[in-house]
Amino acid sequence: MTTTINPPQRTPEKTQVSAGIFSPRQLVDSFPDALRKFHPRHQLRNPVMFVVWVGSILVTVFAIGDPSTFTIAVAVWLWATVLFANLAEAVAEGRGKAQADSLRKTKKDAVARLTTGETVPGTELKIGDLVVVEAGEVIPGDGDVVEGIATVDESAITGESAPVIRESGGDRSAVTGGTTVLSDRIVVQITTKPGESFVDRMIALVEGAERQKTPNEIALTILLSTLTIIFLLAVVALQPFAIFSGGEQSVIVLTALLVCLIPTTIGALLSAIGIAGMDRLVQRNVLATSGKAVEAAGDIDTLLLDKTGTITWGNRRATEFIPVGGASLDALVDAARLSSLADGTPEGRSIVELCVTEYGRSAEPTDQEKAGEFVPFTAQTRMSGIDLGDRRVRKGAASGFVLTDETRRVVDEISAQGGTPLVVSDNSAGGTSTVLGVIRLSDVVKPGMRDRFAELRAMGIRTVMVTGDNPLTAKAIADEAGVDDYLAEAKPEDKMALIRKEQEGGRLVAMTGDGTNDAPALAQADVGVAMNTGTSAAKEAGNMVDLDSDPTKLIEIVEIGKQLLITRGALTTFSVANDLAKYFAILPAMFAAIYPQLGGLNVMGLHSPNSAILSAVVFNALIIVVLIPLALRGVRYKPSSASALLRRNLLIYGLGGIVTPFAGIWLIDLLVRLIPGIG
Amino acid sequence: MSETVAGLLQVGLLIVALAVVYRPFGDYMARVYTSTKHSRVERAIYRTARVDPGSEQRWGTYAQAVIAFSFVGVVVLYVLQRIQSVLPFDFGRGNVSPGMAFNTAISFVTNTNWQSYVPESVMGHTTQMVGLTVQNFLSAAVGMAVAVALLRGFLRSQTDRLGNFWVDLTRGTIRILLPVAGLFAIVLVATGVVMSLKSGVTVDGQTVATAPVASQEAIKELGTNGGGVLNANSAHPFENPNGWSNLIEIFLILLIPVCLTRTFGTMVGNRKQGYVLLGVMGVLWTAMLAVIWTAEANGLRPLEGKETRFGIPSSALFANTTTATSTGAVNAMHDSFTGLGGGGTLLNMLFGEMTPGGVGTGLYSILVMAIIAMFLAGLMVGRTPEYLGKKLGRREVAAAAVSILAMPTVMLVGAGIAAILPATQGALNNPGSHGLSEILYAYASASNNNGSAFAGITVTNDWFQASLGVCMALGRFIPIIAVLCLAGSLAKQKRVPVTAGTLPTTGPLFATLLTGAIVLVAALTFIPALALGPIAEALL
Repeated sequence: MTTTINPPQRTPEKTQVSAGIFSPRQLVDSFPDALRKFHPRHQLRNPVMFVVWVGSILVTVFAIGDPSTFTIAVAVWLWATVLFANLAEAVAEGRGKAQADSLRKTKKDAVARLTTGETVPGTELKIGDLVVVEAGEVIPGDGDVVEGIATVDESAITGESAPVIRESGGDRSAVTGGTTVLSDRIVVQITTKPGESFVDRMIALVEGAERQKTPNEIALTILLSTLTIIFLLAVVALQPFAIFSGGEQSVIVLTALLVCLIPTTIGALLSAIGIAGMDRLVQRNVLATSGKAVEAAGDIDTLLLDKTGTITWGNRRATEFIPVGGASLDALVDAARLSSLADGTPEGRSIVELCVTEYGRSAEPTDQEKAGEFVPFTAQTRMSGIDLGDRRVRKGAASGFVLTDETRRVVDEISAQGGTPLVVSDNSAGGTSTVLGVIRLSDVVKPGMRDRFAELRAMGIRTVMVTGDNPLTAKAIADEAGVDDYLAEAKPEDKMALIRKEQEGGRLVAMTGDGTNDAPALAQADVGVAMNTGTSAAKEAGNMVDLDSDPTKLIEIVEIGKQLLITRGALTTFSVANDLAKYFAILPAMFAAIYPQLGGLNVMGLHSPNSAILSAVVFNALIIVVLIPLALRGVRYKPSSASALLRRNLLIYGLGGIVTPFAGIWLIDLLVRLIPGIG
Repeated sequence: MSETVAGLLQVGLLIVALAVVYRPFGDYMARVYTSTKHSRVERAIYRTARVDPGSEQRWGTYAQAVIAFSFVGVVVLYVLQRIQSVLPFDFGRGNVSPGMAFNTAISFVTNTNWQSYVPESVMGHTTQMVGLTVQNFLSAAVGMAVAVALLRGFLRSQTDRLGNFWVDLTRGTIRILLPVAGLFAIVLVATGVVMSLKSGVTVDGQTVATAPVASQEAIKELGTNGGGVLNANSAHPFENPNGWSNLIEIFLILLIPVCLTRTFGTMVGNRKQGYVLLGVMGVLWTAMLAVIWTAEANGLRPLEGKETRFGIPSSALFANTTTATSTGAVNAMHDSFTGLGGGGTLLNMLFGEMTPGGVGTGLYSILVMAIIAMFLAGLMVGRTPEYLGKKLGRREVAAAAVSILAMPTVMLVGAGIAAILPATQGALNNPGSHGLSEILYAYASASNNNGSAFAGITVTNDWFQASLGVCMALGRFIPIIAVLCLAGSLAKQKRVPVTAGTLPTTGPLFATLLTGAIVLVAALTFIPALALGPIAEALL
């Protein structure tokens, strides 16, 4: 059986059930859910919106007592404010539900056959149960392969169509419930209780059912409650001052002022922002055990990245041809090209590529060359090549060739530098094979990594490359990739020690890992992202699992964490900055009657006291709907220094927050004044 | 020399004087609170008081010590006033009435120095010297101790100890307040301030009250207390005889609050952190000075009650300084300021007394505001917010929020009730918007522990004595408890290292942010009330 598995082709679209784009349809769809959220028990969870909810009831009662177009309109728009807040949360949850449904589809109800011969439903499995799964059957629960080897279709979860190999022992033993065995037979030891698997936990998180407020969200809620209390005081105290001044205000007007001042915009969108953050993570095929972990990702100071697969391609690429024994470079290049033309391995392709880019050879075989017979690599010969009639061109590991001292030196030198030597031989010159030279295969840094690390540095994150290579090679690659530091000849214990050292200094550390021996480090790290291809132990130890098993995903996870906090901060700033314009709208409307000079504060030229107050209330409600897409998408995040980010966000959401409502309220007033009974 | 040029020269001289002493005096105060040595006098005090100066307190114990010490201070002051008639130097002024004694006791212990009494006819010299002046020292030392405890919260890591209140109190009094006040009492006598144990002097058949003024004048300003020994306060020629004494008094008011920013920078190991706070304080102080000065210079009001001895610039400078430092001493009648000018002095207090604020209180108040500003800023850069190496989580934000909420709450509730009490109308000199300004000013002054009066309002009825007393107590001690709780939770944390991702708090961006936060919080909270008072007046 050939065990070469092609790198899986990713089809990320497949799992993105709810696309990132927000459509107005979602508002309509979420309407019933939004209505259900009017229940006081639900409103109590959000102090800011609870105040609006109570205010709406109060205004409604007074509006019934004194019905007029104005009082009824204010009551309606206050209820609309509550509704819009409910809607924002419902839309976010709806999108979460869509994600959850797509995750749930992976949880086919499987029947489990125990090794004892018993048959039990997959939902009744216990930890430690041994289950037999054969070709065509669905694996009933998360676990480790303890016996056998099989190809497994994990597309249901990862979206990757190519099957993967799962075998007992080693780092590829973990299987996920809901995936299908394609060939062979394995025995799986169940490691998680049904309903508590990673997928189950993620479903609960994105659905919002188990959504607990994260530490940061709690701190922000405290701040928002404080602001609410301050405004409550300011408005309640205003009445005696108004009475003193001979201009007592109605409860309706005072409530309208209060609702406009308290931070309803962020209050309404806060939970939607949190849910959407989790949602964005799932869209990138990352499962997290808690919202806290996502927030922690935004705080990361140090990133530990495995060299292979993350920073470098991992497969070896040809970087140099070294002729030996008097052979010409041209002859070596030609032979190397010939031997690799039909070689589909990454190494073979990289040799042809080097011949094309550096030495101007053709990538396409000539007709004559096509007639040649390709000799594939076997474990016995450890070489591959091509036969053209009598001519036999070969390339392969040094051990398959008879080497001169000179060649031996070259080969040893390449090995010592962390590269892989491939010896090339040709018998065209005479009957016997002659070694023409050596191809240097190096581990090549992925393109764009340098920029990526520069971005991370700008964000204040230090990157540390972890590799088993010797220090010399490690340093060379670290320099090339532009990481800040490296850990060479790293054993799992070294990784652990490094994390501890960083954490002692108060830094937060993130890492990826897949092997069982990574588990302690994953558990120790503040953000531990386990690869889905890894062992169950690794997945249990980390607080996130990347279904795509893509170690560079860590960088995106950090960005999602940051974006989550930034969105909250930006909308809070916007919400508070809005108040200035509302004062300019409402205060002259309330008091110009007793102090005509206060009419001068009506800088927006609002039509009448009633239209001014109503316009402010309408703006306050509509801005929630307008900002729902932003809350769901998150504010745009470009990696840059903290100061640059703050300057940018203060400008957009602080200054913008001051200016926008002046324009908005003025525009709404142009319409509101046309309503009979208001103008 | 025109009045304006003279005024600018005074401001220039003041700034130069402060600049000269800023570093040495700020660093000296840092040494006072970080030194491990005790002087002989201090050791004697600790022995007498049975205090172990080596033992440190948790935040709760520290707070209890502050409250207990202040409570005893209130009781002692109350009793002193109530038995005044049997004390020497009472000049037959009799016992102080219960309401007034209650109000005054709280007033001096809370560093407010709100005065509902006329000193010359109510307080004897013994009450002044043994009671009020002692509290002028101690209440100032308490404020500094709390500020230092908060600094230790930032400095220390993984400990629940914040230092020893009794040590901080003793050192602040003995090493800072007493020597400086003693020195400047002599300087003030040299400028002509009165120092006499007599009740008064009779000139041409008229008796003019005298008192041991100079010794109390120095600490009145240095401790940002503000309670005058004579009713007219620093407008009285015996308290403030000339331009030099006027400038010296303003200098004394600003000395500790300004230099504490240096102490802060030195203690946290990054002087720029102190400069940036000083910058924010300075910008707001200068801006408000410009507002009050121009409002007064261009005011069209009649000269009723206007101070003519010092002139408009000196009055504006003094008024701005006294209201921005929670001092409350006055050299002119704030009630007679223009709508905008008077509103400016009111707004200075409503900023929460942190521009630069009272001794100690100004520093801890602006640090609390910095925490709120950095929380929001931290979110906006996508990291768990932190300030000075400490994370700002649930506990820190909650404590900061309580501290910030206290003043607006007691002020608005107090003023709100006062505005609709029928008795209030009779206590006011003016109806309408100016009348409301008078009420707002009284409660802002009490809640912020400023103590200056708009006057124009008679505050001797039981409601005012009691409610203003409660406002002073809550406005002082709720923030103190919250700040100490904050310090406790900061001290428990590990220090977060400064990395490239840390938002710097030493540059103009942070200064702008902090200034914006101070102005915005005050504006959003008080605009509705101000609209009916000073804003309506100013727009007239």
